[in-house]
Amino acid sequence: MTEPAPAPPFLLRRDDPPEGPARLALGGRLELAQAATLWAGLGAALARPAPRGLEVDLAGVEVLDGAAAAMLAHAAEAARCAGGEVRFTGAAPDVAELLAWHARAGRPCLRPAPAGEPILTHVGRATLAIGRETREGLDFLGQAVRAATAAVRFPRTVNWRDAAAVLERAGADGVPIVVSIAFLTGMIMAFQSAMQLKQFGAEIFTADLVGISMTRELAPLMTAIIVAGRSGAAFAAELGTMRVSEEVDALRTLGLCPYRYLVFPRVAALVVAMPLLAALADLVAVAGGLFVALLTLDLTGRAYLVQTQQAIDPVDVVSGLLKAGVFGLIVALIACERGLHARGGAEGVGRATTSAVVTCLFAIVAVDAVFAVLFHVYGV
Amino acid sequence: MIHVEGLTIGWGARVLMRDVSFDVARGDVFVVLGGSGCGKSTLLRHLIGLERPMAGRIAIERLGAPRDACVGRGAAPAFGVMFQSGALLGSMTLAENVGLPLRTWTDLPPAAVEAVVRAKLALVGLDGFENHLPNELSGGMKKRAAIARALALDPPLVFLDEPSAGLDPVSAVELDDLLLALNRALGLTLVVVTHELQSIFAIATRCIMLDREAQGIIARGDPRWLRDHGDDPRVRRFFNRQAAPTAPAGA
Repeated sequence: MTEPAPAPPFLLRRDDPPEGPARLALGGRLELAQAATLWAGLGAALARPAPRGLEVDLAGVEVLDGAAAAMLAHAAEAARCAGGEVRFTGAAPDVAELLAWHARAGRPCLRPAPAGEPILTHVGRATLAIGRETREGLDFLGQAVRAATAAVRFPRTVNWRDAAAVLERAGADGVPIVVSIAFLTGMIMAFQSAMQLKQFGAEIFTADLVGISMTRELAPLMTAIIVAGRSGAAFAAELGTMRVSEEVDALRTLGLCPYRYLVFPRVAALVVAMPLLAALADLVAVAGGLFVALLTLDLTGRAYLVQTQQAIDPVDVVSGLLKAGVFGLIVALIACERGLHARGGAEGVGRATTSAVVTCLFAIVAVDAVFAVLFHVYGV
Repeated sequence: MIHVEGLTIGWGARVLMRDVSFDVARGDVFVVLGGSGCGKSTLLRHLIGLERPMAGRIAIERLGAPRDACVGRGAAPAFGVMFQSGALLGSMTLAENVGLPLRTWTDLPPAAVEAVVRAKLALVGLDGFENHLPNELSGGMKKRAAIARALALDPPLVFLDEPSAGLDPVSAVELDDLLLALNRALGLTLVVVTHELQSIFAIATRCIMLDREAQGIIARGDPRWLRDHGDDPRVRRFFNRQAAPTAPAGA
């Protein structure tokens, strides 16, 4: 950018004669390509006040395009607001018309620009949103309970076909990822604990550690996290898309309740699928532990399995599976709620999906903590 | 057929329309018209029971107030609705979409449902497309499929939101012809929300015109009469495609 700027292909000259109004002569090609130069030139030329008014002479203008016309109109408006009088003279008919179109006094902006909202307004808006979302969430919960009672009283009104399809997609199709993660988690747990227990010659307790921690805690938790990422996101995106494309409204007009037709099958499917997946994760995680024991410890497979069997109480397994069922319920409810309350097109669906997964993850961990306290208090 | 009395509607605390009353008679092609953003579609959403009015009463013959699908056993809808975009269920084929209300609300065996679905699709000129998914169809075909679904339970009353919006002139005229034929042959009462002039003159027997500033009905009657004899300048501008007067340019 060292070369000197070429002379602009337009003329812009201001004269201030001792008598009469100041004159601003414009000529040549006033186009978008030179708009930056024109903008700066107009600004400089109109910076000085013109106490006896300003006459803008457009006689020499060859070409005027929309951008240049908008700038002229804007500059004239600004000069008028500053108290001066501005008149355009000598314009060819087409130039004058273009200028008139761009100088139409539009209505004042109806809404302040979105950026730069005062912090208090922002806080207030966010607070109102929390209130609205809470109301929506409670409304949803009530509707879901009503749908569940209706499903028991009138089982024919439930969309069982969807339930089977969701059971397959959320359950069966999730088996590979649940199996791989559970196997790896079992291996990691076994490896880490074996390293420590070896120092005390207590390698055999690796089986206890893997068995109990997986069945009570990790298998349900990992499975729930996987299901939240897979099915939670899928439910929110699916229902969100249906919501913004009026499909949910269309269902209502066909006499079908969206809570019974869309929400209940998904919730029911996940409540069934989650314990099954968690049970599978239990088994596979023990297999992962066994694999590590065989590779790195001086244990026979039989000894490891017998130790596992002695260590795990049925209560451990059942409490884990119970938790898994509750996680399934929570994931499905949250995801469907976010989906059904999506608003505003593609972006809204994306926001609903993100929010569904984040809320699910938080709720899973929070509920897990509640379970830990409850199980401790009741000695489970 | 429909009796609306003192209806006030809006979003949140904002009132869109105040104290609106009108009646739709059996066999009417009743058109709700007005400029963009005047609340036509919102009025429709209230008529079909998707929104609850702030005040006033909507009664549909043999139905009373529109019902909520989530109450009790639920009930077959007393009327059909065509949404602006069609709102066909994207995961289902056309046959499944049209068959959904039949499977839900009748005891017809699957073969009978299939026969009815084929006939309804043929009625709107979509025979052969039973196993197509909605996203494989053009805009006009989606709208026609949505009409077939709205007609699935042979309702006496069908609501249509902007049936010819976004269609090419030929498809739009074909759709108008279809609506007229259904009105004549089946005695179907139609409530149509639209702002397409040609469509209005082609199909409407009666209309009401809404206005945003007036927050209500500014004209009612036969659209052809309103075009030629209406004395309200807003109505004349609408029917004669004239721009609203604006403030003179410049200062």
